[in-house]
Amino acid sequence: MLSRTADHLFWMARYTERAENTARMLDVNVQTALLPQSAHAAEQGWRAMLGISELLGAFDDKYGLMTARDVLDFMVRDPDNPSSIASCIHQARENARAVRGALTTEVWETHNATWLELKNKLRGRLLEEDPSQFFEWVKYRSHLSRGVTVGTMLKDESTHFIRLGTFLERADNTARILDIKFHGTEKSVFADDRADDEARHDFYYWAAILRSVSGFEIYRKVYRDVITPERVAELLMLRADMPRSLLACMDEVSSNLAQVRNDASADTERFVGKLHAELKYSKIDEILSAGLHEYLTRFLERIYELGNRISRDFLVPLTA
Amino acid sequence: MPNFFNEMYADGSVAARDHYRRFDTWLAAQPPEVIARKRAEADLIFRRVGITFAVYGSDAGTERLIPFDIIPRIIPAAEWAQLEAGLVQRVKTLNMFIHDIYHDQNIVKAGVIPAEQIFRNAQYRPEMQGISVVSDIYAHIAGVDIVRAGKGEFYVLEDNLRVPSGVSYMLEDRKMMMRLFPDLFAQYKVAPVAHYPDMLLDNLRSVAPVGVTDPTVVVMTPGMYNSAYFEHAFLAQQMGVELVEGQDLFVNDNAVYMRTTRGPKRVDVIYRRIDDDFLDPLAFRADSSLGVPGLLSVYRAGRVTLANAIGTGVADDKSIYPFVPDMIRFYLSEEPILNNVPTYQCRKKKDLEYTLAHLPDLVVKEVHGAGGYGMLVGPASTRDEIESFRQRLLAKPEGYIAQPTLALSACPTFVESGIAPRHIDLRPFVLSGKTVSMVKGGLTRVALKEGSLVVNSSQGGGTKDTWVLEK
Repeated sequence: MLSRTADHLFWMARYTERAENTARMLDVNVQTALLPQSAHAAEQGWRAMLGISELLGAFDDKYGLMTARDVLDFMVRDPDNPSSIASCIHQARENARAVRGALTTEVWETHNATWLELKNKLRGRLLEEDPSQFFEWVKYRSHLSRGVTVGTMLKDESTHFIRLGTFLERADNTARILDIKFHGTEKSVFADDRADDEARHDFYYWAAILRSVSGFEIYRKVYRDVITPERVAELLMLRADMPRSLLACMDEVSSNLAQVRNDASADTERFVGKLHAELKYSKIDEILSAGLHEYLTRFLERIYELGNRISRDFLVPLTA
Repeated sequence: MPNFFNEMYADGSVAARDHYRRFDTWLAAQPPEVIARKRAEADLIFRRVGITFAVYGSDAGTERLIPFDIIPRIIPAAEWAQLEAGLVQRVKTLNMFIHDIYHDQNIVKAGVIPAEQIFRNAQYRPEMQGISVVSDIYAHIAGVDIVRAGKGEFYVLEDNLRVPSGVSYMLEDRKMMMRLFPDLFAQYKVAPVAHYPDMLLDNLRSVAPVGVTDPTVVVMTPGMYNSAYFEHAFLAQQMGVELVEGQDLFVNDNAVYMRTTRGPKRVDVIYRRIDDDFLDPLAFRADSSLGVPGLLSVYRAGRVTLANAIGTGVADDKSIYPFVPDMIRFYLSEEPILNNVPTYQCRKKKDLEYTLAHLPDLVVKEVHGAGGYGMLVGPASTRDEIESFRQRLLAKPEGYIAQPTLALSACPTFVESGIAPRHIDLRPFVLSGKTVSMVKGGLTRVALKEGSLVVNSSQGGGTKDTWVLEK
């Protein structure tokens, strides 16, 4: 398949997944903002979320004061923010349009319809009046695009590059969602010596994190026990059966990569293999004792490098 | 506006012509709300499927639908048979003409066409002189614009031999009609058109470079911001071949390759939807980022086929158009089956004088113009418009031709006030390779503005499904 076609498919999937995860992340913050908390704490929440998405600077340049309304505007509809949900959905659709011949009619129409409906949704007041319902819609459209991909596309290279994009992006996003809590704070969330109401607030916080990755029921089912940050981290990182965990994502990345293997990709496969094995054979205690934030930071760096390697090997080959 | 031929109703009568009778009865029996709903449905489907075209200029980057009208344009079998014979004759001749021009130039030597008309034409490509192309075919895909005037005679308005577009609308309009009104197709024997992409692929494979047995065919597009991008993607998908941009191709060791996820792959036939000027920055416009450096040299060596060939513009130029009937006589020793529109060549003193004296009655076109831009429709223009056009014409007479304003035939069409006749044309698509072939049908364009003769989509034209009836 054409390298450029693969590149568009890969990015179509990444942007779709990114829109979904941004919606998930924003929903957590909207939900936790409903809890009794100080204005300072609320602002901290939004700051952390922007920080983890590496958008704090861009936001401050444009808006200054941090209000929930401005953050939502910036992260949902701002065309100047390349990571806003509107930008992501637009990019996904433009990438799909560039290779519509390589997609089934259903896949193309799904992306096109999402983009057309988005314009209608943003015209109304849905976002102001019921942001959660809007985020649900974004998630639903992303589910639909994945479903229609799996349900209608020939399982050839096109599908593999789409799946690579989806899971690489999801690995990145799950790591970021998990890391929000640690962003901009030196405090340990795992220490036992904290005040009671802080601990209670934490319960709601981790419950919201779980909900944001559709993991609340899964947690109950897997652990049948109270919610602790340690177990949340384990679920979101090391459980192969949790569909949004880092390990589950790397399972998919490594198997799809093997399917498109070419003469140049051996090093990249080895790189993925190491990352995959590390998650597969690690225990959560080891990761926590070495520092979760440090681990996640390094993980994000490696995901970034992996994206570059995939580009170089398959999508934008430098030499003729 | 003079009287025009109505496709559906005989002159001054409310009775439908034979081939429209059943449709007329059917239409009369449809409740208006059903028709309204079907029209809205068609709009929605076109938008969702993304059958749009990009608009250049003020609204750059936006996408628009081409309005689709649900009243079909119906052509009886006998009329089509005559059209088809005329099209085959004409396209065959034009290919012979291009071959002759780039080889022995017999037609110039015989004095049928003045040499300067060809060699001083910007569309003449000296790079093609003496180059052999497979089967001596240059215009593999031709879109010939045909209109009806007077009492219903067919005239050729233009031969589009470079990168004619619109065939995807022919196919999508039919799909839409079958989806909206399946019962109609049970009442009429309409010739199918859906096999066009298969015929096109066959035709492209048949002109692969000599010695290539299993050719790799690609469609080459300037990119997704081109107005006809939808069609490029559509045809590539329907034929099951790659849709490439210039950046996807490169030349190495006297062959063209595409960059794939598994390394370079040799390309044999390029159905290019990009103008000559942009094909190869080393040979033509150096500022083109759409082309492939070195493509021309591979092409000249006969190691890749371009469809259409480079330099076909010399034959569909409006300054060459007046000579086509003589060409048919010269190459085939036959009388032309299809009429040419009488044409005044403003480069000639007498013709210019006539044109200047009759501007309000004439249609004046730029010799190299396309898309309905840069033309004057005398009867539809204001005095000021005519005067300012007169200045442009005087400044560069050789850049223009003039034709009488034809009373184009009209077909009933849905407009805001109900159903009213609107002027139409027809673009059948003729394929040339080892043989000359076409599907029975074409793209019917309709000028939606009352009285307007400009059917181009860029100028507010719409489309209709075209039904050629089987015997």
